[in-house]
Parts: sequence; C-alpha cells; structure tokens
Amino acid sequence: MKPRRKRGRQGLFALFEHLDTTIDACKALRNAGYKGFRAFAPLPEHQLLEDGLALTDSPVRVFTLAGGLTGAATGFAFTSWTSMDWPLVTGGKPILSIPAYVVIAFECAILFGALATVIGLFVNARLPNFRPMVAYHPECSRGSFGVYVAVPASRADEVRDILNRFEPEELREDPEGFDV
Amino acid sequence: MTTAEMRRRGALPNPDVGAYEDVNRDVLKVLSRPGKGWWILFALAVLGIGLFFTSWLGQIVRGIGVTGLNAPVGWGVYITTFVFWVGIAHSGTLISAILFLFRAPWRQSIYRAAEAMTVFAVMTAGLFPLIHVGRVWHAYWLVPYPNSRFLWPNFRSPLVWDVFAVTTYFTVSAVFFYLGTIPDLAAARDHTKGLRKKFYKIIALGWRGTDREWHHFSKAYIYLAALATPLVLSVHSVVSWDFAMSIVPGWHTTIFAPYFVAGAIFSGVAMVITLAVPMRKFFGLEKYLTVKHFEAMAKLCLLTAAIVLYAYLIEYFLAWYSGEPPERGSFWNRVSGHYWWANWIMLTCNGLVPLMLWFKRVRRSIAALFVISIFINIGMWFERFVIIVTSLSHEYEPWAWGVYRPSATEMGILIGSFAWFGFWFLLFTRLLPPVAIAEMKEVIPPPLGGRKKRGDP
Repeated sequence: MKPRRKRGRQGLFALFEHLDTTIDACKALRNAGYKGFRAFAPLPEHQLLEDGLALTDSPVRVFTLAGGLTGAATGFAFTSWTSMDWPLVTGGKPILSIPAYVVIAFECAILFGALATVIGLFVNARLPNFRPMVAYHPECSRGSFGVYVAVPASRADEVRDILNRFEPEELREDPEGFDV
Repeated sequence: MTTAEMRRRGALPNPDVGAYEDVNRDVLKVLSRPGKGWWILFALAVLGIGLFFTSWLGQIVRGIGVTGLNAPVGWGVYITTFVFWVGIAHSGTLISAILFLFRAPWRQSIYRAAEAMTVFAVMTAGLFPLIHVGRVWHAYWLVPYPNSRFLWPNFRSPLVWDVFAVTTYFTVSAVFFYLGTIPDLAAARDHTKGLRKKFYKIIALGWRGTDREWHHFSKAYIYLAALATPLVLSVHSVVSWDFAMSIVPGWHTTIFAPYFVAGAIFSGVAMVITLAVPMRKFFGLEKYLTVKHFEAMAKLCLLTAAIVLYAYLIEYFLAWYSGEPPERGSFWNRVSGHYWWANWIMLTCNGLVPLMLWFKRVRRSIAALFVISIFINIGMWFERFVIIVTSLSHEYEPWAWGVYRPSATEMGILIGSFAWFGFWFLLFTRLLPPVAIAEMKEVIPPPLGGRKKRGDP
C-alpha cells in the first residue's frame, strides 16, 4: 500500500517537547485558518484534543447505540420466533416467556453494542492503517508531541513561521504532503 | 481532579514515575529477554498442561465414569472449577471498566494485568463445560441451533442463558483488552527491532497516536466500559441462576445473584494481588505497583468480603426462618455433615482471614496481602464446592442422599487448569506490555513549561 498523497502540497512536521506548546501551536494554526492538520500524542490528552483541536463529539456513539438496539431486538426476535416456530410447553410456562428472554436479549445487546463500537472506532479512526508511516515520529509514542500540516507550497512559509514561533525540537519538511 | 491537584494533595498514585519516557523504558524493559525464573515457571506450566490434557484424554477414551460424578451429585469439581474461574475473571473488567467510569486514579498501573487475567480466566472456565459434558465431540450442542427435527433449544433454561452470558463476556472482555493495548503495542513497535518489531507492527494495526485516533479511541473506550459494566454484573448473576432457578435446597434463593457477584469480585481481586506481587518483584515494577495500589485492592477485598460474609450468615438465618425441614437440613448438613470440613475452610478463609484487612498495617504489608490473597483463592474454590456438592448430596429424600468423592482425573484437570491459566499469563508478561503505558501517562504530570521557556504568560 502507498500513503495517501495530497496533490500539490508539501508537508511540515514539528516535534514538541511540551504539552502546552503543542496546544498553543495547534490554536495558532487554527486561528490562521488551517484545518485538517494532525497532532500526534503519546496519550489521549483531553486538553490537546478539546482546546487545541476543538474536537467535540464522536460519531462512535451512534454505532454503539445502533448496535445495542439491534442486539436487543435480535435477542427478543430470535427467542420469540424459535419458541413460536415449534410451540412446546415446558414447565407450564407461556410459549412467549418474555422475562426469560430478557436475559438473552440483554446479552445480545451488550455483544452487538460492543462489536459495533469497535467497528465505529475502526471506521472513524481509519484503523487498521497499514500504509507506510510517513509523517510519523517514534518519539510521539514516548514522551513528545507532534504537529503535521500539509499545505500548498505558496503557504508553506507562513506555516513554517507559525511552527517556529513555538520553538519545536525538530522541524521536518517533505516535498510532498500526505493525508495521515 | 487534574494531576497538579492530585500532586498537591499527595494523592498521586505513582510519585516516583517522573516523565512519559520513563514509563516506556520501564515497562518495555519487561518484554526483553526473560530470566531464569520465568523459564522455570513456564516449564512448570507446560508440565501442568500435560497433566491437564492427559487427564482429559483419559476421560475421553474411558468415558465420564472415570470421574466421581453419579446420582445424586451430578455436578462436582468441574462445575465448581468452572464457577471459580468465571469468578476470577470478574475483577479484570471491574478494574478496567467500572473503576474507569468512576475515575479511580489507582487503576492505571494494575488494570492491564487484571484484564489479561480476565481473558485467560474465561478461557480456562470455558473449557470446563466441554470437559463436564463428557462426550466433547458433541459440545457444539451448546450452540443454539435447531436439532434435526427443527426444535430449538429451550431459552427458558438458565444453562442456555449461561452460554450466551459466558460467550458474550469472553468476546467483549477480549475485545476490550485488545483495544486497550493497541497504543501500547505501537509504543512497543517503536521500541523494538527485527522480528519483534514486525510482530508489533501487525498487531498494533498501524496506530500512530494522531488526534483523530485518540479522539475516537477515548470515546469508544468510554462506551465499551459502559457496556462492560452491566455485563460484569450480569455474567455472574446468570451463573448463579444456573443454581438458583432450580429447587435444590441451598440453591433456591433470591440472594444468589448479588452474593455470587460479590464473591466473584472478591476472588478476582485476590487473584490480582496473588499475580501482581511476584510480577512487581520479578519485573522491577515497584514504582508502578506501589503500596497505595495494594492498599486500594485490599479495601476492595475487604468490602466484598463483608458482603460475602453477610451472605453466608443470612443464608443460615433464612434456612432457619423458612421453617422448611429440607432447607434447614441442608444447612445443618453443611456445618456438621459429611463435607463439614469444606464448609469450615470456606468460612475461615473467606469470613475470618479477610477480617485482618481492617487493620491498616496489614493492608499496607505486601507480604501479608499475598498470604491473605492465597487464603481467599482457596476459600473461594471451596465456597463453590460447598454450594454445589454439599447441596446436591443432601436434597429432599433421605434415601436419595449420597456422597461424592472427586477422582484422580478430576483433580488432575483441576490442577492442570491452573497451569493452563499460568501458561497464558506468562506468555502475556513477555509479549504484551504488562502495564498500560499510555494510560499511566494520564496520571503522571504532563510535560509543561514550554510557555514559560518562551516567556509567554
């Protein structure tokens, strides 16, 4: 597989040591009108995600809800249908023993809900992602933060200035920009 | 509470872990070359698995008659051990899901090991129904599908509920466990070389730690925890209904679900302590598993021990208060009948020994906790034995009473199941980061000071 190219753009990657600097750099980029840049972090740092990148709700919850409801419906439908398919009275109980089927429906709701959540995560976070790891720095899984911007060549100077203002540990420039 | 506030209040659980990089270094170090002790334990586990499968093979070849199971005791060591391992599995999800939702700051260093333990304990428990059914080649009959005359299973049966509960629990806890490790596998990928790097590269699924990944990951994690929380409570409730839905004296009681869930968490936390003490020592994780963590687990043990002890006592009261001769007889039989010793082991190990945890000095002594946790493990196995075997051996009609004696095959499989569990746990400590690297970083102070350096406010 090849990395996803962004035509006519070049990439800039800045590595930061401090969290507050990374947040400020992200804010500065957003204020300058840049969207779709990526931040890299070794942990789910909520300040970075919420203040720095203004990320709010995730559509994963829709997957969870849909999965859970489908599971509950499936559990009830399956038990009820099979009981009615061959009506056989056991233990003097009604053919449709709803309280007993609640257990099955509950377990199916959890199972489907959990699996749908994973699907939701994979779809939204674009995992698994076996494309070559361009614009990645292994320090970002240790203790440092990264910011990656893919911009048209005409605006590269502006972005470089913004990033340099926050004194990155390292600033890397690629002649090609990628969607990461 | 932010980390800064926690530090000010002295509530930081890992005061000696300095920076983010230290976590990677200390935890990933564990994945390097194993020591001699590990190989000895691993060899023992392999031997035990040999015992496990030879015993099982003997039973497959000669039939279920090699066990001590017969009327009236048709459920013996296998079902006891099944319930025991399902119970052990409960603390992992408790620590990773329930304590996650409660934002307990001490869960981070212990939850990965507890969660792995959960998955392996369910893998162990899952073997026992297959062993217990005897003709294992018919084990697929447990799966809900119609027979040759298109008659479906009876969904009013608690045993069918159990199939759904345990398979759901295994799937969800395995998914939850794997998902949580992905960022740490990426850290391992960036840290290792050669063949290992290739291995981590594949199982890390190309995780890069981008904002998009973290954003959806942290949300998905909350929803999974929210789903796993009722699941934990439901699984052992359903297991308890395997018993409570019948009319056997000693089983037919409404307190079984909460009683079983509390017992499960009790035994599970004890098992986490039993595993965490040597793990901390061998792998030099003292900075991560501090006395604070052990004390918190001890408190959890103490709480659940109190619930379990209350359930033990109230059972006797209810048997007396019901005025039912078979019910009263069943409980007299427990304290003074053929299996009196099992009952007293249970009461001593689960009722009396944990009372020592009321003392702070005991809760803060890792050696004492290790010993107590082993007592609890033994006691909890006997609790299930008492509930299952003693009740079955002494039902309504005196001429139908009987005695069950486990055979060598059953004991071989019981001992072997610990080896099977240990085998997977030992592999886990070598292949996957045993402490959650990314989540540890959430409870240590973040690297700030960039603004100051630049002279910004």
